[in-house]
Amino acid sequence: MGMTMTQKILASHAGLNEVKPGQFIEANLDLVLGNDITTPVAVNEFNKMNFNEVFDKNKVAIVPDHFTPNKDIKAAQQCKCIREFAYDKKIKNYFEIGEMGIEHALIPEKGLVVPGDVVIGADSHTCTYGALGAFSTGIGSTDMAAGMATGKCWFKVPRALKFVLTGKLNKWVSGKDVILHIIGMIGVDGALYKSMEFVGDGLKNLSIDDRFTIANMAIEAGAKNGIFLVDDITLDYVKEHSTKEYKVFTPDDDAEYDAVYEIDLGSIRPTVSFPHLPDNTRTIDEVGYVKIHQVVIGSCTNGRISDLRAAAKILKGKKVDKTVRTIVFPATQRIYLQALREGLIETFIESGAVVSTPTCGPCLGGHMGILAEGERAVATTNRNFVGRMGHPKSEVYLASPEVAAASALTGKITNPEDLE
Amino acid sequence: MKKRGRVFKFGDNVDTDVIIPARYLNTSDPKELAKHCMEDIDAEFAFKVKKDDIIVADKNFGCGSSREHAPISIKASGVSCVIASTFARIFYRNSFNIGLPILECEEAAKDIDAGDEIEVDFSSGEIFNLTKNKTYRAQPLPEFMQEIINKDGLINYISKDKDV
Ligand code: SF4
Repeated sequence: MGMTMTQKILASHAGLNEVKPGQFIEANLDLVLGNDITTPVAVNEFNKMNFNEVFDKNKVAIVPDHFTPNKDIKAAQQCKCIREFAYDKKIKNYFEIGEMGIEHALIPEKGLVVPGDVVIGADSHTCTYGALGAFSTGIGSTDMAAGMATGKCWFKVPRALKFVLTGKLNKWVSGKDVILHIIGMIGVDGALYKSMEFVGDGLKNLSIDDRFTIANMAIEAGAKNGIFLVDDITLDYVKEHSTKEYKVFTPDDDAEYDAVYEIDLGSIRPTVSFPHLPDNTRTIDEVGYVKIHQVVIGSCTNGRISDLRAAAKILKGKKVDKTVRTIVFPATQRIYLQALREGLIETFIESGAVVSTPTCGPCLGGHMGILAEGERAVATTNRNFVGRMGHPKSEVYLASPEVAAASALTGKITNPEDLE
Repeated sequence: MKKRGRVFKFGDNVDTDVIIPARYLNTSDPKELAKHCMEDIDAEFAFKVKKDDIIVADKNFGCGSSREHAPISIKASGVSCVIASTFARIFYRNSFNIGLPILECEEAAKDIDAGDEIEVDFSSGEIFNLTKNKTYRAQPLPEFMQEIINKDGLINYISKDKDV
């Protein structure tokens, strides 16, 4: 029987010719990642083992992004712990705030992941790098500790779902709408333990940023990973950002999928996830009147340059509604600088938005935009669980940068088409 | 290995944000985390839970973030085991890795009620409901995972393999 992309990558990293779904394997790792929340726990576990060094100083990355710049004393202690660990172990890819970014935007930007890699990260959105044709998945801190020590991780080989994308997205529709549409269709556990493989003619119309957004939210459907077929768009990105050697894996013709979904990109409408689960989706046409108090544009899902451009295009020359606190946070320093040079930051500030340093900040209710009881936010982030952005009785509506920006202008969830 | 305790029951899609809200993630001290375990879904949980109690839930338990703080807070609260129809995958591996045994069994998840007294046998996969006098069958755990649980987590499991 043939293998899927994911199965082939896992087989190659386990030194096997073939793997079968359900099989337990041990794979060699190309990168082990952690952040300021998960790494302290991993450091603690690492220190309990009899390993003095990490398996490879170049293959561990630590990014303080969640509560940084340190939001309080406890956060500062956590960052101190990982900083000292990184220096002590001579970890090459430790990114202090001046050169940092939200890990899942930063890691590809720094060229640390290329097609064919196996990556684990102690952060659930590590699945983002599937956009580059790598197998990458979120794990916990103990896995991170074991991965740093041994360079290996145990996996159960996943079954797979295939998404055949065709056609082209309409104006005001972007990668976020594609993945919200898919999660709405299959549910928050629709891909549980499985990989989501994205193939088809429509890929040529999907930018790398759109793919990052889509792969990023595979976990919101319960998936182990999301992965895109590698094409010229992938390779252009990889060559621009990395000098690492890459390997392209393609699925066999007779690979087995539990289901195959054909999706015409042209049929997707701007989509919004209502509280309190990402699969509670409605198209913009079904939203009705929803008054909002805050708009958040950023995160590892939608804080890339194309997201900021899309938002700025809508905000340019206009003012955000007085009742809407609008917060923009570019995902990395490099994106921030690029946005500055392109005049996007000016547009945001002139429109009445605030622009934050790169941080996870409000996305997980950390800092920089916490919601009070009864407040509602439209956010380009990826989770709208109870209490995700603050008070347990606040609400988060997930949407694209286009919808978020349009909503900032009107004070209610708004279709960007209606502003034209 | 067997565990016996009283049941706390939850529904579908119990996510890691309600198991341990992010506002408490500026520490990784298990005792601190245990104080806020399940706070956003059942504010009383941390006060009511006793050693060896068991959590039973429906599908996709532990969905959301990769925070190991979630199973850690559950384990530190005294809970001896979690049974659900299905688990989110990162929560699944995290639980084993920190030595919190969990089992998937749809039948048990549907039938067991809050307050029931149950006993779980991990090697056979058998779950016995003492209150209702009923037995449910889950898949027994693969051997290496039983071994990880026996060693109270992945770290001890790995350390033992390494020549010191
Ligand atoms: S931006 Fe949000 S989802 Fe992304 S890594 Fe940070 S907290 Fe997690």
